[in-house]
Amino acid sequence: MNAPVTSFDAVSVTLLPPVARFNLRIDPKDLSAAASAFGLTLPTKIGEGAQNGDRAAYCMGPDEWLLHAAESDQQAIVSAFDKVRATTPHSLVVISDRELTLSIKGPAAAELLSVGCPIDLSRLPIGGAKRTVFDYAQVVLIRDAEEAFRLEVWRSYMPHVQGILEIATREFAAGY
Amino acid sequence: MLLIHCPYCDDTLPELEFAYAGEAHIVRPEDPSKLSDEEWRDFLFIRTNVKGVHAERWRHINGCGRFFNALRDTVSDRFLTTYKAGEARPDMTQLEAAE
Ligand SMILES: [Zn+2]
Repeated sequence: MNAPVTSFDAVSVTLLPPVARFNLRIDPKDLSAAASAFGLTLPTKIGEGAQNGDRAAYCMGPDEWLLHAAESDQQAIVSAFDKVRATTPHSLVVISDRELTLSIKGPAAAELLSVGCPIDLSRLPIGGAKRTVFDYAQVVLIRDAEEAFRLEVWRSYMPHVQGILEIATREFAAGY
Repeated sequence: MLLIHCPYCDDTLPELEFAYAGEAHIVRPEDPSKLSDEEWRDFLFIRTNVKGVHAERWRHINGCGRFFNALRDTVSDRFLTTYKAGEARPDMTQLEAAE
């Protein structure tokens, strides 16, 4: 699962190991309840992220967050949110298996992504994330460092996205 | 490509992230059964189809997911402003004065 899909000096594209992934919908005024259940203060501005160890939260919409955690913590997190549901209405959906994550790293990472992403990647802050499109497939794009991105892609779109990234990487390697 | 400002994300983003959703500020009748067939037809199908400034719904479908409203000039395709769902249609004279 961890073998490089394709790489050359300037950029590598790698399929990452699975993580526990959740979609959380909750009233922003109840965020403290979610923070105590998840063990991490959730960011409040769309596009922002927060991270602590293997827990991460990204604000996707006015009342929507994407949560990441270690795969082995999935059930414990579901139980923790179950406990606050009676007093704090919310929806927590496990979406771990819905998506696969690609790591895209290297000096040409942003340029490679620009093959399919219409947004201005220079404006995506480090540590932030954004739902957007990659050649018409809806994706979540996370920026971990200046030259390191993660691309979360729904399983059924993955062959399409991977295929484009492979072709583009070959073109980059050939000097186009 | 058009760039559209999402009032929820407070960011100006490519059209590819958005979906058009028809004319804005069309209020569903409180009691449809009290309407004549002609009034119901008008509610369902009859739109202003303006040449000029058009108030219309958009959805940031590949982003925050929210519906919002926009004023767009149907002649030039220029977006004059966007505003959150539920807010009143902005006053055009104020917009022009601000420019
Ligand atoms: Zn938005």
